[in-house]
Amino acid sequence: MSTHSSRLAARLMVAPSVALLLVWMIVPLAMTLYYSFRLYRLISPERAGWTGFTNYVWFFQSPDFWLAMLNTLALVGGVLVITVVLGILIALLIDQPVKGQGVLRILVIAPFFVMPPVAASILENLFMHPQNGLFAAVSMGLGTQPILFLQDYPMWSVIGIVSWEWLPFSTLILLTALQSLSSEQLEAAEMDGAGAFSRFRYIILPHATRAITVVILIQTIFLLGIFGEIYTTTQGGPGSASTTLPYLIFKQAIVAKDIGRAAAGGIIAVILANVVAYFLMRGIGRHLDA
Amino acid sequence: MARAQSPRRTALMTLAAWSVALIIFFPVLWMILTSFKTETSAVAMPPEFLSADWTLDNYVEVWARSDYPRFFWNSVVISVGSTLLGLVIAVPAAWAMAFVPGNKTKDLLMWMLSTKMMPAVAVMIPLYLLFLKLGLIDTKIGLVIALMLMNLPIIIWMLYTYFKEIPAEILEAARMDGAGLWNEIVHVLTPMAIPGIASTMLLNVILAWNEAFWTIILTTTKAAPLSAFIASLSAPQGLFYAKLSAASAMAIMPILILGWFSQKQLVRGLTFGAVK
Repeated sequence: MSTHSSRLAARLMVAPSVALLLVWMIVPLAMTLYYSFRLYRLISPERAGWTGFTNYVWFFQSPDFWLAMLNTLALVGGVLVITVVLGILIALLIDQPVKGQGVLRILVIAPFFVMPPVAASILENLFMHPQNGLFAAVSMGLGTQPILFLQDYPMWSVIGIVSWEWLPFSTLILLTALQSLSSEQLEAAEMDGAGAFSRFRYIILPHATRAITVVILIQTIFLLGIFGEIYTTTQGGPGSASTTLPYLIFKQAIVAKDIGRAAAGGIIAVILANVVAYFLMRGIGRHLDA
Repeated sequence: MARAQSPRRTALMTLAAWSVALIIFFPVLWMILTSFKTETSAVAMPPEFLSADWTLDNYVEVWARSDYPRFFWNSVVISVGSTLLGLVIAVPAAWAMAFVPGNKTKDLLMWMLSTKMMPAVAVMIPLYLLFLKLGLIDTKIGLVIALMLMNLPIIIWMLYTYFKEIPAEILEAARMDGAGLWNEIVHVLTPMAIPGIASTMLLNVILAWNEAFWTIILTTTKAAPLSAFIASLSAPQGLFYAKLSAASAMAIMPILILGWFSQKQLVRGLTFGAVK
């Protein structure tokens, strides 16, 4: 059905999207690349000039950068492990013939719709606060000292907040995958004497592999850019204890007002994202039917 | 995979599932409860559940003070505006790729998705400077454009997966009957595409409403939506738990309700059709 004219029409219809995304990608990227080799501080804009790789060298020599890399890894890895493992368990539980499944789904999915600043500030203030939070009340009830979450365990606190937001996503997707599994297959396995564990290991898990892959791929895209939760709670602190790579770049740009350095950080982030994206796209390409 | 099992087991499983669900939902519930308490009652130790002083004042006060209605309105304009603009640009593209696929279509789709992986911080500086030059900082139109571009790949992908499911035979039949391209779009395609377009719209309004990077970077006060407003509230300002909760509850309620309606489409949409 692809006549010459319809092909031309199709090109014209795709063109605006392609052009916009191209501009959206290339113009800022070119500008960032340009600034990354420049001395450019908003505090002293008159002292501008080429500086070669100075901005990049600063990053690689800064302990903050390596800490930020580690924190980014901890955030993405930690949240993925927590949400996938708990997601499978909760999906298995809800998938049982339980009463009120519809309401259950509504309760479980709710945190996903809570905007990051709200999620972060509610958990920070109403739960983790060392004087007025619910966790402090629990600690006092047990006769122990309240835990200073944001101060002593800033990275874990951020991981906890982000996990709460993303757990519904993995649960819902894994639940959808489980519900497409035929019960005949499981019953047959049960009749053949397969226990609960081997049913899970040899039937349920292989069936859910695609969904698990998709959860990991898509969550990684979003988790690499986590910003609002840190901005609302720890502001990257104490010190740099909970500064991730995006937040470090943000601090260089907005707090230190060093555009050159922030741009160099941006380029490093782009290179890293490309490495990750390469593997993601290979994985995702196999699972998406385009 | 619902299977028959003993009533005892069902009761046990029901209890376990409800406990887990309530734990996950609890922060939202606690926030809503706190929003109806007086400030003193909200920070009482030990926490007050049923004995609290209940009041509606927090909502009244938050709504009356602090320009809250404006932040709310900004959220509505920015999320709906960016979604509609995105749809106008994405519908033709998705339509063309779904029905007149070329040998490069798959690569093109993958490339579009890959633009989502560009770290926002990497483009933050140029975009900030560009917006400054164009006078778009702290304007609603600026945020509409930024969020539209950010979500455009997702909008195209979602529409594409929905359009792909419309059988091509129907289009061919219409063409045989001599329907032109315009008629084909208006009378054949649109009615079949509306459910897909509607769920794409719903999901993207949710994503844009909850966006908390560009909204924080590109606004100061005038055009700030709720996400930027709540983020700026973060530093504890004395006794403010109840008001914070009320402001938060109002900020998430519209999306919570929309989201509950769209949870089926959510799975499909956010997995780009890979899990249905």
